[in-house]
Amino acid sequence: MRFAMSAEQRSFGDALTGLLTASDVPAANRAWAAGDDTAGLRLWEKLAELGVTALVVPEEAGGIDGTPLDLAVAFECLGHHGVPGPWIESVALAPSLLAGTKHHDVLADVAEGSARVTIAAPPLAPYALDAGSATHVFLLEADTLSPARSTRALTSVDPSRRLQAVEADGPREILADDAVARGLDLATLACSASLVGTGERLLRDSVTYVGQRRQFGRVIGEYQAIKHALADVRVALDFARPLVHGAARGLESGDDDATRDVSAAKVAATDAAHLAARTALQVHGAIGYTMEHDLSIWILRARALAGAWGSTSHHRGRVLDHLMRS
Amino acid sequence: MSLDFTEHEEAFRAEARAWLAEHSPGRLPSMDTTDGAAAHREWEKKLASGRWSVVAWPEQYGGREVSLTEWVIFEEEYYLSGAPTRITQNGISLLAPIIFEHGTPEQQQRFLPAMADGTDVWAQAWSEPEAGSDLAGIRSTATRDEARGGWVLNGQKTWSSRAPYADRGFGLFRSDPAAERHRGLTYFLFPLTADGITVRPIPQLDGDPGFAEIFFDDVFVPDADVLGGAGDGWRVAMSTAGNERGLSLRAPGRFMAAADRLLDLWRERGDETPTLRDDVVDAWIGARAYQFYTWGTVDRLQDGGDMGAAGSVNKLFWSDLDVDLHETGLALLGADQELRGEAAPNGGRWMDDYLFSLSGPIYAGTNEIQRNIVAERILGLPRGEKRS
Repeated sequence: MRFAMSAEQRSFGDALTGLLTASDVPAANRAWAAGDDTAGLRLWEKLAELGVTALVVPEEAGGIDGTPLDLAVAFECLGHHGVPGPWIESVALAPSLLAGTKHHDVLADVAEGSARVTIAAPPLAPYALDAGSATHVFLLEADTLSPARSTRALTSVDPSRRLQAVEADGPREILADDAVARGLDLATLACSASLVGTGERLLRDSVTYVGQRRQFGRVIGEYQAIKHALADVRVALDFARPLVHGAARGLESGDDDATRDVSAAKVAATDAAHLAARTALQVHGAIGYTMEHDLSIWILRARALAGAWGSTSHHRGRVLDHLMRS
Repeated sequence: MSLDFTEHEEAFRAEARAWLAEHSPGRLPSMDTTDGAAAHREWEKKLASGRWSVVAWPEQYGGREVSLTEWVIFEEEYYLSGAPTRITQNGISLLAPIIFEHGTPEQQQRFLPAMADGTDVWAQAWSEPEAGSDLAGIRSTATRDEARGGWVLNGQKTWSSRAPYADRGFGLFRSDPAAERHRGLTYFLFPLTADGITVRPIPQLDGDPGFAEIFFDDVFVPDADVLGGAGDGWRVAMSTAGNERGLSLRAPGRFMAAADRLLDLWRERGDETPTLRDDVVDAWIGARAYQFYTWGTVDRLQDGGDMGAAGSVNKLFWSDLDVDLHETGLALLGADQELRGEAAPNGGRWMDDYLFSLSGPIYAGTNEIQRNIVAERILGLPRGEKRS
């Protein structure tokens, strides 16, 4: 029996961490929010070179046919570093949706890193991320996929999430139910992993801050009120990650319970990231409440992703429905 | 469960499941009553007769020497079968690992088989009136008696779980009066029937005497019943504080079984209180998270890692989960939740298990102490003002 990540998955995660730590991702995130894609696209290329964009693209389409757990490893890193762009849509969702359609050729370009696909999938994700700059825009309504075009720009609480309302603009295709279900499960899984990474970053930066900030003659990290709050964040994240990884393993083996576990993962990851964000803000105090401080990148990301790819209420309902059926 | 168990592991699971299905008596009266204690001891004998009481131990002491994975599998099956709580738990999870690591061969032979079949039920004797979370504040003494070849114990222990119905106890005593705090302590084993020992049972919140005070009045303990070296008690006691089997790595089966009971209750009563939906789901999600987390820990330990301070993360999670889960169960019972005994829904199990869960955030190191450990040893926050 094996539950832990493989050595390859660990070194993949280390490689992504190395790349992203060496890149100024917060600057790329802020530029992206301001409409300057240059740094964000350079990151896209570098991450594509490491294989992130090809992860769950089938081998025959130029991908590396990796596992959902590989995806979870990658998305935790993307979340941790605050990488902007339609990653969930291009890397996690598009492969399942496009594979059996006349748009399947796009996947080779996704794998290679030259295509950036965005997809609105109401009601879980009603708006298309970066529809203005993506190379391909689609609308998924129930089991129907169409090319789409933007109708208006919307503003997310997370400035790096550039949302667009879209409408169908091209021939519709009916997708197989399991392609839609799998795509949405992988998108939700990727979002959950990203939330765990977001929470980890908030915790890490908080630990650093409370070890430096002095009040009443000592660093505030010595106070138990601070210690206990951050310990609770450690616990929440440590128990959210196994749900993400467990759900990934279930999706890999085609387990009937995998869909339920994906929903459980989204609930736990959202709650853990939320706790991390609230706690990070509180221990930073007023400086954390500024847009200028980089903490804002992750506080606002955690809030935005809480509702993306299904709210906790939606996913709790899905878990319970599944449990009541079994 | 979508994890790749080996054929051998699956066969072990099937064997355990079949044996438990045939032999498990289901719920027994509380082990903290005269009749309940006797019934639990009888169950331990039965478990031992099938060599299921201490599956991870070497065969010579009554075990099957199974892997950590198989131990967790056994625990899962144990709780899924509805089998009773273990009256031997304190001995098996707290004391036995220390006897294995620090005991002499003679001690191992004398104590372990009798622990394995429930002949000897052990009570822990850690806390004292002035030494709770701050365990190093122990004042009970051990005085050298060279003539008789042993030590004379004096003082008082308290909150000693199982002591009212147990046979033997284990605990730390200050053997060097000049030494302070963690130094100069010695680990002793003693029969609770020894001359000079008085056990005063203390009824717990559930009304049953689950713990007791133990008074020591010139109690002689021979050298043969010292565990580890004289003066080395703290190190000996802490050597397995991160012990992977038992409290730190509490098997997930218990929580998943409770979550399943909660789902059954929701099926029956959910319509009456739909606002409890999220709490029910969260309890199940918590149990599922704990299950996956545990398999991750098992992997790490089998790869040669140790539990370390992660045991504190673990304890914080399951102890809070256990309380939340049972509070949700009680809430679903509405006005019936206060009832106990046979007239209560499910024979009063929800309230019994809830009252038990309330002790979780307190025993084995309060959750405040655990949060300090997580903050200081895992997150690396400063300890602050000097504590010894």
